[in-house]
Amino acid sequence: MSKLNLDQNLINSSRKAAKKIADDVQEFIDEHTTTSTERAIARLLGIDGVDEIGKPLPNVLIDNIKEGGGLERGIAYWLGNAIVQTGDSPQEIAEKVARGELDIIRLPAAKEEKIQATIFELAQEGVERIKANRKKREELISTLGEGNKPYLYVIVATGNIYEDIEQAKSAARQGADIIAVIRTTGQSLLDYVPYGATTEGFGGTYATQENFRLMRRALDEVAEEVGRYIRLCNYCSGLCMPEIAAMGALERLDVMLNDALYGILFRDINMQRTLIDQYFSRVVNGFAGIIINTGEDNYLTTDDAVEAAHTVLASQFINEQFALKAGIPEEQMGLGHAFEMDPDLENGFLYELAQAQMAREIFPKAPLKYMPPTKYMTGNIFKGHIQNALFNLVSIMTGQGIQLLGMLTEAIHTPHLQDRYLAIENAKYIFNNAKDLGNEISFKEGGIIQTRAQKVLKDAEKLLNQIAEMGLFATIEQGKFGGVKRQRTGGKGLDGVAKKDSGYFNPFIQLMMGGGRQ
Amino acid sequence: MIDLTRVKPYGDTLNDGMVQLSFTLPVPYGDEAKEAARQLAMKMGLEEPSVVYAKDLVGFTYFILYGRLIHTVDYTKIEVPKVDVDVMSKEEVEEFIKDNIKRDIVVVGACTGTDAHTVGIDAIMNMKGYAGHFGLERYEGIEAYNLGSQVPNEDLVAKAIELNADAILVSQVVTQKDVHIPNLTQLVELLEAEGIRDRVILICGGPRISHELAKELGYDAGFGPGTFAEHVASFIVTEMVKRNMV
Repeated sequence: MSKLNLDQNLINSSRKAAKKIADDVQEFIDEHTTTSTERAIARLLGIDGVDEIGKPLPNVLIDNIKEGGGLERGIAYWLGNAIVQTGDSPQEIAEKVARGELDIIRLPAAKEEKIQATIFELAQEGVERIKANRKKREELISTLGEGNKPYLYVIVATGNIYEDIEQAKSAARQGADIIAVIRTTGQSLLDYVPYGATTEGFGGTYATQENFRLMRRALDEVAEEVGRYIRLCNYCSGLCMPEIAAMGALERLDVMLNDALYGILFRDINMQRTLIDQYFSRVVNGFAGIIINTGEDNYLTTDDAVEAAHTVLASQFINEQFALKAGIPEEQMGLGHAFEMDPDLENGFLYELAQAQMAREIFPKAPLKYMPPTKYMTGNIFKGHIQNALFNLVSIMTGQGIQLLGMLTEAIHTPHLQDRYLAIENAKYIFNNAKDLGNEISFKEGGIIQTRAQKVLKDAEKLLNQIAEMGLFATIEQGKFGGVKRQRTGGKGLDGVAKKDSGYFNPFIQLMMGGGRQ
Repeated sequence: MIDLTRVKPYGDTLNDGMVQLSFTLPVPYGDEAKEAARQLAMKMGLEEPSVVYAKDLVGFTYFILYGRLIHTVDYTKIEVPKVDVDVMSKEEVEEFIKDNIKRDIVVVGACTGTDAHTVGIDAIMNMKGYAGHFGLERYEGIEAYNLGSQVPNEDLVAKAIELNADAILVSQVVTQKDVHIPNLTQLVELLEAEGIRDRVILICGGPRISHELAKELGYDAGFGPGTFAEHVASFIVTEMVKRNMV
């Protein structure tokens, strides 16, 4: 089966090191919570809407307990207590807090068992709703069918959800399998999730629960029309990672960008905050049957794709271990990588092929997410179209899972309607024309491709063992990923991190991780 | 013989005016759609437009067309504002600093506002550079600080003051709906408010940035696609000497 003759001992050693890295960090994660984690819990308990100045009620509620020094105990406790004491629903309580009529950390304390029982009952309702979404997805896929892998993934990014819907439907009719709604630039740094349908965004559209719902409905409609389930993707990253996961689970998104390290490296979000946030976001995504996409491709936009290839593999191993900790099965791990080598490089195509085949062999069940050339796209749309063709050829030869289609107008503007059509046509042509090429060929023993893959694996194994020794926090401080250095207490969002006290509980971890999957 | 006062596109014969273009119309595919595309091309000044390809995009139609352009331009009268500097190589810039400035110069750069796309600023500033052209970090005599993405203008100005920067580089990649204009303008205003606008060389760059636009917004220079670190460095060091900032 292996075309690359990879050393299984090196793979095992890499996995073992990655597990140690994740184990160390998980200890830290388990002792902490964040404002965004608590807001996600509030959302899953049924709280939605905004106050009179447009502040989301989950923020109102979490700010209330944070200001009162109660973040350490978690919203489930305070809300449970408030329900027991007032008899109101979570939504009514949030609204009262917003109007200044209620301060939920100053209520008399009910018995802990009573609080827990109340909250678990409510949490179960949220869990059931997500489970129903999962079932609905499975049903639709079994009745409508779905596209072949690699799934064709395109983005829409008009800033206006209604315009996005038109473009998304058009892309689905051309053959797209996954529609990703790019978020407006800057949303990752908002410490709240905007509310309602939105028509103004820059370089993308706000991720809001209403926008999720509108796009979901549109894609379900067009799916009936084209006779194929169309997956919806959004961005579960930034300061509101767990909340976006909660909203996505409630509105049946299918794919989420969801990387353990991306926010730290590329958005300068505090590393403690992101690592804690990614955990709960992944628990939710895992339970909801959502395929996560990790962001290793980004390393290659800031670092060199040839020299930094092993950091991509190392990060895939780490992302895999963090995902396993959150209960995400391999089939939902869209580990990322990219076709980003300099097109002038002699035999660059062979190196790309080696990297893609290596990822395929090391993560055999993962629907690998393969990203197109961006860094060396120039504005020469004709050459760009060929770069994308080579990218598509590598993908079909190596059995990638999710193909983020390259746009010939990359580096010029957000895609025009015809750009998407041309990209889909390009991919379909090559995927069909070279469908079984990968099964027909083997690579020369000791040749360029095998040697390259073996070297990258060896370097990744070495790096992972260094990180395991040093710890993940220190590694990031030294700039080992993407060439970006971040400090443990630097970046945005550290003030939203709190150490859990002994009375803390999050009902969803238990319900979603504890075999509630069936 | 080519008449530079009346230049038009060249296909395979001088002055044939051949132009290729492609676009989509929000109308269903069919003969009417093709005719609509043809008529639009005529309004653009294309003679004998021909739709060589039309594709049904369900409710939309995509076209590829060719036609002969009737318009000409007078090439001899064209003036384009350009960054006026003799471009030096990395080594020449380093030499120039040693000879004429005689101290290390400080350059601070960032992607500002909501912009998260650091490809441009990284290409100019980071050690590695782009396409074999090393970035400013690698220049002897230049202390380069790349602050990364989504840096608020306020933070950039504070950092420039703290480091006593000689030059500030701002990268703007996202220009949808002209979001970069108010952001670039605000930076100039902040620098003026802090009273340091005259003490720094202020430069912006990005795929949609021209020198003309940069000057209009109050910048010393603007760099577009195809710019490498040595272009920016040459401008900075030359300008520093010109403005007696040594």
